[in-house]
Amino acid sequence: MSKQAGRGPDRTRRLIIKGTVASGLTGFGFAGTSFLTPAQAADAALWPKDAFQQKVQDEAIKLLYGKAVEESDKIKLDAPEIAENGAVVPITISSTLADVASISIIVTENPFPLVASYKMPAGAQAMVGSRVKMAKTSKVMALVESGGKIYSATKEVKVTVGGCGG
Amino acid sequence: MASTIRVRAVASGEMTEVQSLIQHPMDSGFVKDAKGDLIPPHYIEVVEFEHRGKTVFTALWGPAVSKDPYVKFSFKGAQKGDDLKVSWVDNKGATDSLVAKIG
Repeated sequence: MSKQAGRGPDRTRRLIIKGTVASGLTGFGFAGTSFLTPAQAADAALWPKDAFQQKVQDEAIKLLYGKAVEESDKIKLDAPEIAENGAVVPITISSTLADVASISIIVTENPFPLVASYKMPAGAQAMVGSRVKMAKTSKVMALVESGGKIYSATKEVKVTVGGCGG
Repeated sequence: MASTIRVRAVASGEMTEVQSLIQHPMDSGFVKDAKGDLIPPHYIEVVEFEHRGKTVFTALWGPAVSKDPYVKFSFKGAQKGDDLKVSWVDNKGATDSLVAKIG
């Protein structure tokens, strides 16, 4: 702890970046109450198990969406050219496509290519930022569901040290 | 017990930007421990964000989402002072939730 003492904003930033949350800190700047009531918790039944357990990306996409994918230049996929640490690769996806219902991330060379899928209600902003693990250098695909169709954008990310412990 | 969830939601005009950070190992099942044994998969599967009883964002995660997962998104229709509820469930059935005030 002593290493992180002082410099409030710096420390908060470090918390956000590294995700090392010490129990005594309230530096992230929220007022909240924690409940441990499973009755209203997120529903595990929503999880598309078959798609997440597929080892081939085309099969995963088929199970997730059941539709063909077409490329689109209306998707912005922000990912580093080179990721030094494959355990934490920041990926932000946004799109100017209309009526976006979901955004998914595929890392083609990962043991399970489907990494994450985000759903949003109609009229929401088509943007999501998250951090993913990459086993090795791979293509990263952003899939955007818009107006009942699936669009994609792809970018290669070079990984220096893999993030799956391989 | 401190919550595993940290969330910051800021309303600006009609959009509210949400950043959340959850403490979770997100073990992929491919990493070995010091003894050389595989650490079994342990990861969050579903995170839901609710505003006024409606789901405004759902994250479906696999084991390749980074440890202590972070997610950022925006949604419409909230005002300063509204509640935003965050809840998660992992592959072992563990859960946590939190209600934050939108600032």
